[in-house]
Amino acid sequence: MADLLSIKDLVIEATSYPPGEKPRTVTLVDGVSVSLEKGRVLGLIGESGAGKSTIGLAAMAYGRGGVRLTGGEVRLNGRNIRGAGAVTLRELRGREVTYVAQSAAAAFNPAKKLMEQVIETCLLHKIMTRPAAEARAVELFRKLGLPNPEGFGNRYPHQVSGGQLQRAMTAMALCPKPDLVIFDEPTTALDVTTQIEVLAAIKEAIHDQGVAAIYITHDLAVVAQVADDIMVLRHGKTVEYGPTDQIINRPGQAYTQALVSVREIAHVEKPDAAPILTVDAVTARYKGTNFDVLKRVSVAVAPGQTLAVVGESGSGKSTLARAITGLLPAGQGAITFAGRCLSPDLAGRSRDDLRELQMIYQMADTAMNPRQTVGTIIGRPLEFYFGLKGAEKAKRVAELLDQIEMGKGFAERYPAELSGGQKQRVCIARALAAKPKLIICDEVTSALDPLVADGILKLLLELQAREGVAYLFITHDLATVRAIADKIAVMYRGEVVRYGQKSDVLSPPFDDYTDLLLSSVPEMRLGWLEEVLGRRRMESAGN
Amino acid sequence: MRIPFSALLGLAVMGLMLLSSVLAQWVAPYGLNETVGKVWENPSATFWLGTDQIGRDILSRLLYGGQVTIFVAAASSALAFSMGAFFGFLAAVRGGWVDTTLSRIVDVMMAVPSLIVALVVLSVLPLTLPTLILVMGVLDSTRVFRLSRAVAADIAVMDYVEAAKLRGEGQSWIIFREILPNAMSPLVAEFGMRFIFAVLFISTLSFLGLGIQPPDTDWGGMVRENKEGLIYGKSAAMVPAAAIAVLAIAVNTVADWILSRTSSLKGGRNG
Repeated sequence: MADLLSIKDLVIEATSYPPGEKPRTVTLVDGVSVSLEKGRVLGLIGESGAGKSTIGLAAMAYGRGGVRLTGGEVRLNGRNIRGAGAVTLRELRGREVTYVAQSAAAAFNPAKKLMEQVIETCLLHKIMTRPAAEARAVELFRKLGLPNPEGFGNRYPHQVSGGQLQRAMTAMALCPKPDLVIFDEPTTALDVTTQIEVLAAIKEAIHDQGVAAIYITHDLAVVAQVADDIMVLRHGKTVEYGPTDQIINRPGQAYTQALVSVREIAHVEKPDAAPILTVDAVTARYKGTNFDVLKRVSVAVAPGQTLAVVGESGSGKSTLARAITGLLPAGQGAITFAGRCLSPDLAGRSRDDLRELQMIYQMADTAMNPRQTVGTIIGRPLEFYFGLKGAEKAKRVAELLDQIEMGKGFAERYPAELSGGQKQRVCIARALAAKPKLIICDEVTSALDPLVADGILKLLLELQAREGVAYLFITHDLATVRAIADKIAVMYRGEVVRYGQKSDVLSPPFDDYTDLLLSSVPEMRLGWLEEVLGRRRMESAGN
Repeated sequence: MRIPFSALLGLAVMGLMLLSSVLAQWVAPYGLNETVGKVWENPSATFWLGTDQIGRDILSRLLYGGQVTIFVAAASSALAFSMGAFFGFLAAVRGGWVDTTLSRIVDVMMAVPSLIVALVVLSVLPLTLPTLILVMGVLDSTRVFRLSRAVAADIAVMDYVEAAKLRGEGQSWIIFREILPNAMSPLVAEFGMRFIFAVLFISTLSFLGLGIQPPDTDWGGMVRENKEGLIYGKSAAMVPAAAIAVLAIAVNTVADWILSRTSSLKGGRNG
């Protein structure tokens, strides 16, 4: 049987315009070949910039903003569609190939009801009549486990949750009965507990409908659950390509091995000690609301240790950081830091309070002023807190750059000239420059590729050992927590539901929420998804 | 850096107009108020652009008038800018009652047509150059306020501004060092637009007789002096009108180019 999709020696190029230089052609994808049979799922995996989304979109002969498919062939249903005319492409997109984007919230038109958008392709291509399409949509809603399938389509995008919206987009992609569906990081933006549901729904729908799928993600543990074959990509080239079992259990290439074994940092938990930061029964709410985002939260951080605050989006973990830093003054409760009682709002804090309590952000991109050089960014706290100037300041900046394992040549660079990992390192250096006692790390690794994130975590641990700085580490990623935490606080809907030393928190008996959270983290082995779902079904049947 | 042809042409025209006006004393063939020919002569080798309603050389008057028009427009838009941007940034950074008060004042000012306000104010105040610039600058600053407030509000929520606040930085560091450098490009483009509006505004005022007073002149005033000629098929009024239009278009093309560069900078990511 002929392959549904067969890509041979695909070359994809784009023109880059480096500032102050002549435009040049960059090769994004170089000589990649894939083949996909009907009913099978291919996983594309790699870090950002590996070309995985670009290849995925090439399967529908589409190049995003200025990207050109310049060589090789893309055969879909036996014909080469690379360079095909607009009419041909319009005919096959939506009819033969459909696409599920990462951010469902951005992909839906907020002004139209879900049903209109889900069946739009069917009607546009005249694949089925409106009643038939609506019936099919309802059937898909049911298969995808959406609540009240009959009425679901009558809602607007903002009326459903992120996970539901992602499933609605899957329904949209499956509705016109395509041969191939491209899933571009469909669960990346979701919480782990939601991710597992969406993942299961997508997997079931793919098999149920007998479509072929390309599943793009940067999370190997996720792709291991859904894909039949996996292609590992790096810098636009194939690193390794083979059946899932082989890639996960017997990776041949060093790079793949690194991806498989990522997040296995050994960290020995330190014993509890007298705290440097105590948060005592803090309650906080945003201005103009009558809802407490933090409900009597009490946690403590010991000097030179790490408290990990874990929870899903909306659990209040970032709000806790805002209350501690004084950006959102706490309504009730007390925050004690280094023996001093901190004023609830920023304006009432002394310069030392500010200096000793630093913060690192999730998005290093927006945490640095794009018009300041690395030297200015790191140098400003030195100048501001310690009055360093000129050569003295430059020397200290060089020292700090050295600490974050970057050369002093970086001082002249602008943030736009740095990679994601380097940006985050500079942010760490800026925090360190203030000689803090505590650094609040708000999801500092979640925007980074696994290997880069690993490097950042190792650096943070090293700095902790050397400088004795304490971390309050906010994250939704339990693998990160295992790697760095001494103490853990699990937050859920503004409350701390579980709190203690790492070994205690991570060992049974669990409360319901912690159990759900822990069991939802994808594990790097085949069959994990079925196992967890099977266990959950049994438990709910038992109840 | 690739400069599109339209922007290059705009820059050239702008430069030529600016330079020839500044150097009017030296390059103008005749004096500002010298009667050198007959009434409304057609363009000739002696009078390149013809003569006006009392026989003065239009080219010379255009150059001297350009001095006034461009100076008044530049000065009033500079004033509009410093005021509008300062209060706009302040409103965005401080928020709360400061923002509300400033915004409502601006709303009220914008609710009344600025030409009418200008006419009323100028008919009461003594008609001097500083008054003109002050009135135009204040009226125009409302629009700059709106823009800079919006631009700064976008920037004020960025993490790096929050990081500066957490560091304990004062208001002036946050406005001048964190926000201003990032707001520059849209503001520079806006400056071009405001400058054009100021040129049109001062021309309108002069045309209505409340702007530059004789014996000085500007382009709007020249249109007014010569408008009767249009009835007799004399083109004299068209020359200063064309100068206004050409300057407007030239500045616009340059502003457009700067604005397009801004948007590409925003989305400019590596890789």
